[in-house]
Amino acid sequence: MVGLVLVSHIAKLAEGALELGLLMAPEVPAEAAGGTADGGPGTDYEKIAGAVERVSAKADGGVLVIADMGSSRMTAEMVLEDREGCQPEAVIADCPFVEGCVAAAVSAAAGEGLADVRRAAETALGRDCE
Amino acid sequence: MTDSAKLIEVLGNVKDAIDANAEYLTDLDAAIGDSDHGINLARGFRKVAEDLPAMAGKDIGAILKKTGMDLVSTVGGSSGPLYGTAFMKAGASAAGKSEINTEDFLNMFSAAIGGVKMRGKSEEGEKTMLDAMGPALRAAEEAAAAGKSAKEMLEAAAEAAAEGAAFTKTIIATKGRAAYLGERSLGHVDPGAASFAVIMKTVAESY
Repeated sequence: MVGLVLVSHIAKLAEGALELGLLMAPEVPAEAAGGTADGGPGTDYEKIAGAVERVSAKADGGVLVIADMGSSRMTAEMVLEDREGCQPEAVIADCPFVEGCVAAAVSAAAGEGLADVRRAAETALGRDCE
Repeated sequence: MTDSAKLIEVLGNVKDAIDANAEYLTDLDAAIGDSDHGINLARGFRKVAEDLPAMAGKDIGAILKKTGMDLVSTVGGSSGPLYGTAFMKAGASAAGKSEINTEDFLNMFSAAIGGVKMRGKSEEGEKTMLDAMGPALRAAEEAAAAGKSAKEMLEAAAEAAAEGAAFTKTIIATKGRAAYLGERSLGHVDPGAASFAVIMKTVAESY
């Protein structure tokens, strides 16, 4: 199964988005990596890297990383570049934070592969009111 | 032009300069960002300075790479991955060298800017640190081509960085948190361009 890592400047935002996403898909391996090391607003490389490693150990289908903006995204990209070649693969999605998380969680729980889970996240916006 | 020992001294001076300007940089960021640029960068360079004694005897590439990694792991804001990538790319360009000449410096500076553009998916003119970095590199290249001394080259770069930072006051942000402000970002100096001008000035004064 594909796993998820949620990266935000705000710890509660990452945890909250994940809580919402996992309501429909509690079996998906996932972690929130929000805020700095001391819990303040910002991004922490080690926190993200640790979350990706722990989730990847449980997610044989790979890891989808969802980041909110600015340093969250840039730092997540650096973490992924630094583990390039490691298995299972981890990739970043370019998606709305909350809707992307929900769509990715549902897709992952359905057993879809990493590319499909990413696509689900990236096409998530507005799906519930079409 | 310079060696590892001098680089360690310069990085220590950069830490002091960022500390001294932390409040100024944070105030700039309060106007068009999230009020943390000076605080974040000061935290990052304090970690860099802590690790400098252990860098004695290492080559320039290794020192700059460690500097970049320290910034990535401690800054916590966008300047972490941006300056972190800049220092790491400069370090990769100087890998294995314990001394560098002017040409090496220009190549390292160019690699650093390339790293910032790649990491931030940005170009000059978007009200970012690139608006101070790009003019500084071009001024350094011109000074070097005109046969100026290394000191004069760094001074020209520092002056161009300051002018570039001042220029950001006249343009609208289209990258970074300030982009959400649109036209309301006019009249404010970009904090990242300002911090780069501080760094470049410190490098020139330290030489």
